Amino acid sequence: MVNEVCFRNMDLDRSWLLEQYRSRGGYDVLARILQERTPPGEIVDIVKASGLRGRGGAGFPTGLKWSFISHNAPGQKYVVCNSDEGEPGTFKDRDILRYNPHQLIEGMVIAGYAIGATVGYNYIRGEFWEPYERFEEALAEARSAGFLGKDILGSGFDFELHSHLGAGAYICGEETALLESIEGKKGQPRYKPPFPAHFGLYGCPTIINNTESLASIPVILEKGAEWFKNLGVENSGGAKLFSISGNINNPGVFEIPMGTPFSTLLEMAGGMKNGRKIKAVIPGGSSAPVIPGEQMMELTMDYDAIAKAGSMLGSGAVIVLDDSNCMVKVLERMSYFYHEESCGQCTPCREGTGWLYRVVNRIESGRGRPEDLALLDDMTTKIAGRTICALGDAAAMPVQGMLRHFRSEFEYHIEHKRCLVG
Amino acid sequence: MSDDQMVTIEVDGRELKAKAGTLLIEVTDAAGISIPRFCYHKKLSVAANCRMCLVEIDKVPKPMPACATPINAGMKVSTRSPLALAAQKGTMEFLLINHPLDCPICDQGGECELQDIALGYGRDASRFVEGKRVVPDRDIGPLIATDFTRCIHCTRCVRFGAEIAGVRELGATGRGEHMEIGTYVEGSVDSELSGNIIDICPVGSLTSKPFLYSARAWELTQVEGIGPHDSVGSNLYLHVRRNQVMRVHPRDNEEINECWISDRDRFSYEGLYSDDRLSHPLIKQDGEWVAVEWEQALEMAAKGLRSVADTGGDQLGALLSPASTLEELYLAQKLMRGLGSESIDFRLRQVDFRGAEPALPWLGQPIADLDKLAAALLVGSNIRKDHPILGHRLRKAVMNGAQVSLINPLNLDLNFRATQLVSSPVGMISDLAAIAKAAGSEGPLIDEAQPEAVHDQIAQQLKTADYSTLLLGSMAIAHPDYSIIRSLASRIAEKTGARLGYLPEAANSTGARLAGALPGKEGADAWTMLVQPRKGYLLMGVEPGADFWSPSQATAAFERAEFVVALSSYRSAALLAAADVILPIAGFAETSGTYVNAGGVWQSFRGAVPPPGVARPAWKVLRVLGNILDITGFDQSDSEQVLQEVKVLADDRKLDNSSTEELSGDLHAGVSGTQRIGDVPLYALDPVVRRARSLQRTRDAITAVVRLNQSTAVAVGLADGESALVEQDGGRATLPVEIDPAVPDQCARIPAGLAGTESLGGQFGEVTLRKA
Repeated sequence: MVNEVCFRNMDLDRSWLLEQYRSRGGYDVLARILQERTPPGEIVDIVKASGLRGRGGAGFPTGLKWSFISHNAPGQKYVVCNSDEGEPGTFKDRDILRYNPHQLIEGMVIAGYAIGATVGYNYIRGEFWEPYERFEEALAEARSAGFLGKDILGSGFDFELHSHLGAGAYICGEETALLESIEGKKGQPRYKPPFPAHFGLYGCPTIINNTESLASIPVILEKGAEWFKNLGVENSGGAKLFSISGNINNPGVFEIPMGTPFSTLLEMAGGMKNGRKIKAVIPGGSSAPVIPGEQMMELTMDYDAIAKAGSMLGSGAVIVLDDSNCMVKVLERMSYFYHEESCGQCTPCREGTGWLYRVVNRIESGRGRPEDLALLDDMTTKIAGRTICALGDAAAMPVQGMLRHFRSEFEYHIEHKRCLVG
Repeated sequence: MSDDQMVTIEVDGRELKAKAGTLLIEVTDAAGISIPRFCYHKKLSVAANCRMCLVEIDKVPKPMPACATPINAGMKVSTRSPLALAAQKGTMEFLLINHPLDCPICDQGGECELQDIALGYGRDASRFVEGKRVVPDRDIGPLIATDFTRCIHCTRCVRFGAEIAGVRELGATGRGEHMEIGTYVEGSVDSELSGNIIDICPVGSLTSKPFLYSARAWELTQVEGIGPHDSVGSNLYLHVRRNQVMRVHPRDNEEINECWISDRDRFSYEGLYSDDRLSHPLIKQDGEWVAVEWEQALEMAAKGLRSVADTGGDQLGALLSPASTLEELYLAQKLMRGLGSESIDFRLRQVDFRGAEPALPWLGQPIADLDKLAAALLVGSNIRKDHPILGHRLRKAVMNGAQVSLINPLNLDLNFRATQLVSSPVGMISDLAAIAKAAGSEGPLIDEAQPEAVHDQIAQQLKTADYSTLLLGSMAIAHPDYSIIRSLASRIAEKTGARLGYLPEAANSTGARLAGALPGKEGADAWTMLVQPRKGYLLMGVEPGADFWSPSQATAAFERAEFVVALSSYRSAALLAAADVILPIAGFAETSGTYVNAGGVWQSFRGAVPPPGVARPAWKVLRVLGNILDITGFDQSDSEQVLQEVKVLADDRKLDNSSTEELSGDLHAGVSGTQRIGDVPLYALDPVVRRARSLQRTRDAITAVVRLNQSTAVAVGLADGESALVEQDGGRATLPVEIDPAVPDQCARIPAGLAGTESLGGQFGEVTLRKA
């Protein structure tokens, strides 16, 4: 039941090579589509029916996103892949680029065919030098084998794909900031609407999908929407990559069906390090509110279950914390991240993330004030939902989660000027 | 789509009607419902970054920015609901945490959007106990003071540069809290419209450097004024304290300057307070200048004028600044005609008076229409610097797809896309003739022209565009073959359907014609008055060394004259040498009067401050002179009465660019030797601007230098950095040499109006260059 979609070739030696990818039927789906001239609408319908939701974190249905672009609309259109994997705790797309780049390429060409785009960009996180080189090699292989470029496989369909290396800004993972960045501008999110489907890269209709989403496409089209959907559970179709890290024995990326119990995932990751007690889990990347360990052990890994517990599945970045962790310290580190990564455009986020960090930092370093927790509560409500993009929410949610579940630790810090833990 | 449909929305319980898709903040602004905002500006793109204008919209869970939300039918908006107010107050708290709150020492204090809005939306005490952000200030030039610690990152200044000024001089670098406004690489902000960022900055981050720490907003009285330095007539507010103009701000007028003004109009007031302002009448006694009472000076002036006039009216000439008011020009010509002279002129930078000028040349269209152009050809115009506001409007047209071409003797630094044909003065005629031929015209010069692809293309663009224009600028008017340029232009306009227009250099170039400041049948024009020197001259608002087509010619003529009376605000060496009596007159902002701009709009203003000492408005001086000389019709008790007379005079005269003149093939522009290109730089235009200290320290305030391209320099044996001995029309000057690829072959750019060029001859014509 594991490694069925994006990781299906992980067992192969040097799985990133074209010949290895081909050995498992890679590019056959693309070839079939081009040969049969499958109506683009049919492809969009299959993706819709598969229940695939955006794997970058927001979970927006991929097929629905594609359907916003009319295939026959005139002018240039673009397919953009978001490989700017920057959410702390997330490292799954990196493995797709490293070990299965051709599946991503095939997915992007199919996406281009589906929406009528002839150019694609893969925006790769600036620190991903090795995955970038791996992907570039794969592009070269695909080009020389005729899977990219002019008149792909003699079908008359053109699709060129370029990779674009970021420069280290978390905000460029936000889709419109990413577009700005490709255009050579400062990476700042655009006000929406208009959404990229109408006004995207260089002002042209554009779809932007996460690496994992696009890499899932060839498998979905090969095995069918039903097959994919049935891998998972209601409202969370398919399998998903989970990057699990923290105080565990075997951190790594695991592809498991949606709805798999968290306890199973933890077991796959070797269980808790040194046999310590699980204290808390951040289930979907650093912006997802924390969930207490005991509660987490009862949950399954799918959108609805995690949402019901007051958090979110996000990009599937699971950070496991044991009882040696001071939650004030943990929050301080996360708040520092958002403070550093705010683009500076919107007032609440530009000013608020720095303020949040400074208050948490004061509490952590023994200079907290009794009124600080109320201040943090209030401040988060004035950042979340008040900004152009979701970075404001992402900065506010971890604070809200921590104060909801571990308030007493913060109070202890303020009162005793030291840690409850250790 | 039903974009044109009017829809009804409800805002705070009030029903409002507007076009679907209009931005909510525009609808509420029009209805007088105030929503706080910082980043929104009606003339700039929507940024939606300050988050101050968040309002509650029915059925939308989050508060939405009014500046970025288009309205649709039935939308229900609350601008002051608990959700909206919480959002607005939340944003205000964030804006203030890192703001220094140094209002007592901030020039913006008292007129600060942040201060005003904080009063309504801020807390009385801050919850922020951390250290505040401090940002180093940057020196971005002599006009704008920076204090970036106060910046609230609205990016209006950045968007202004990109969208209005057309030069990206400021940007926001850095992320998050570290975001700063700056020039990225150390540099200054040099746009000719740069001062507008002072107005649009909602806080005290960008303030006026010349005005810095000199007055508080509440000490200032606001008086309406009109821009005196170009033929746009930008609407101004003069801010006055204790009888002194402290600063100048724009006054909105969508038909003329929108909400912008040029730096020249904004900062030239400093020229009013230069050390060489005249505060007393002066007379020359035995070769010495003596300050005297008005009575004595006026008596002497009257006597001198009368004695010259008695030898024959044509022995007296009046050379009047086109920046004078309508009233001044009217009374001056009336005085001259009363003395029997018809030699009256304001066209001091024109040399070619052949042919018949159009009845009343003007822009040919309302100023605001320039925005809508689809094609334009400009001849002899640096519109961006000569008329910054018109340059901005033309740029808007280009941004909307207009095709613009220019024929100039210099390659210009433009802020819009354009085709530039750059050639020598005589080459300009060839280009124009080639376009005329391509447009299907015939005649001398045209017949032998050989149009190239670019000429065909320009003719075609003018012809096929829905709306096109052909504009003649100040370098065309100063051209030795202006009459031929004018005839060719008329023919092109006629064949292509382009509107012919003139871009005269000064505030009242159009008005002067309406005031009758032109030679009569028996009179001489400005150039004839100098080459056939008169016995006496009346000068008004001009400096012999800087305000004439040929300063050497002017200086020589005045030297030979028996009697020269000058009405002037300033003393200058050349004027002291030329004149026998100097009557001190009020400058811009010190007199009431009227300007008629290039678009034909009459704009009257009143004096904002008194002139210094016993200086008087020129119209009063002229009236008294008229009285002393016993000329009838000088009984006006205020300038309004003078204006009424001008209106009677101008009553049936229509602005009219049509021309029936013959095209002559008789070229005067030189073909041999090195040809001077004597443009007038924007900060050398008139006596006031030449004395505006801060403007004189900007990059646009160039000094007198001989600019040659490399091949011309080699041909005349000069190299970059060397000193050149320049000889022209008997005058000589030693000037440094600079290599400049913008200058065409066999030409030397030696701008006019600059210190060091007073002894030279015409703006155009042959110059000899040698190593000094």
